[in-house]
Amino acid sequence: MITIIDYNMGNIRSVFNALGDLGAEVIVTNKKEDIDKADKIILPGVGAFGEGMDHLRVLGLVEVLDDNVMKRKKPFLGICLGMQLVADVGFEFGANKGLGWVSGEVKKLEVKNVSLPHIGWNDIAKKRDCPLLQNLPDSADFYFVHSYHVVPSSADVIAASCDYEGAFASVIHKENIYGVQFHPEKSQKAGKVLLENFIKI
Amino acid sequence: MKKNRLIPVLLLKNGFLVQSKSFCRYQNLGDPITAVKRLSDWASDELIYLDISQDDSYDTRREDHGHPNRSKFIDIIRDVSHNCFMPITVGGRIKTIEDIRTRLANGADKVCINTQPLLTPEFVSLAASKFGSQCIVVSVDVKLKEGKYVVMAHGGKVETAYHPVEWAKKVESLGAGEILLNSIDRDGMRSGYDIEMLSQVSDSVRIPVIAMGGVGEWEHFAEALEKTKVDAVAAANIFHYFDQSVFVAKKYLFEKNLNVRPPSLIHSGHGGVILK
Repeated sequence: MITIIDYNMGNIRSVFNALGDLGAEVIVTNKKEDIDKADKIILPGVGAFGEGMDHLRVLGLVEVLDDNVMKRKKPFLGICLGMQLVADVGFEFGANKGLGWVSGEVKKLEVKNVSLPHIGWNDIAKKRDCPLLQNLPDSADFYFVHSYHVVPSSADVIAASCDYEGAFASVIHKENIYGVQFHPEKSQKAGKVLLENFIKI
Repeated sequence: MKKNRLIPVLLLKNGFLVQSKSFCRYQNLGDPITAVKRLSDWASDELIYLDISQDDSYDTRREDHGHPNRSKFIDIIRDVSHNCFMPITVGGRIKTIEDIRTRLANGADKVCINTQPLLTPEFVSLAASKFGSQCIVVSVDVKLKEGKYVVMAHGGKVETAYHPVEWAKKVESLGAGEILLNSIDRDGMRSGYDIEMLSQVSDSVRIPVIAMGGVGEWEHFAEALEKTKVDAVAAANIFHYFDQSVFVAKKYLFEKNLNVRPPSLIHSGHGGVILK
């Protein structure tokens, strides 16, 4: 069973719809007992870093997620803000502490000639083999909506990058932790392949 | 590299999909959900759904075909979001922050606002601070009046004092994430976009501009992408006339080496329309 964490940060329905459409058994929850029972965990989310962490704290989810992901090593997928929250610290509206599972910082995209937020379809470049990227072409297009990006301390965790006036990490992978900056649930065929890969992990 | 988007716009009037001409003549094209399913299968980059009803009556009953009855626009959004795995922008009759919240909660990824910002410009900054700039699209309807471009409010009926460039800069500074720029004069005319207007506005802002109004041939999409700085090209009527319209349009643009996603056809796993 896959658990989607509901912490009042954006459109969760579409993630639920996409996984359901692929035949996965999936629930949306913020209850400890449901998360403890889950085989896999997805943290979606759109919004500001600090607010996202606040919501997780208020719901008492930081410890629950720590226990399930870091100690019990359940496969975890962070989408967009959910990917950013696994870093140590985020700099959106001041410095905010993150979950700290993957060493790194979340910074604003530094662009001069293109618009922010980065909205639209962009291709990713595979950096190394990753179970999440199986059966995908080397430069598949995904749908992005964001202004901030994860800067990992070690480039080894970057499974794919994306170019928007400079490369940034679009997919990260460290042991059981996966993060994607784009929205697979909005990315049609490529998104479905990626979510299917996560279901199979 | 980020791609230029090709965006079908669906106009909804009292629950029915319609085609529009000059913002005043409408012709019924049928069930909105069926159309969404088609457009999703043809790999549209995004969808814009605009409710242009003047009142609250909805009636999409098709008991002969066993279609579900949807009594509210929100029900339609919910069904739409079930039927497509692409970003959906929802617009029409948005007057309050609560209106935005309801649409986002029911499956919209972005909302499109038009008249309310012209009445109270701070509405844009309030909405952007609550939900983020990325989900606030301001639509700008423009008409030529004695050789000058003028922004119109209330579905094209009321003239404002704004020139589209001035208004676009203002909504950008207030926190709008994108601009949907529509020419009322070109609406339904199939004579092509108003390239001059698109150039003026897309040259003056950094946020993405979506071109709208007047597409009658695939070349019109190419013309806007080649001659202006618009980020996306949108159209309504033309996408409903041809089988696989989006696929064919994208193939045309792709083969002209324009910066679009490769054309593709998707066979969705489920039966499409969700019958409850």
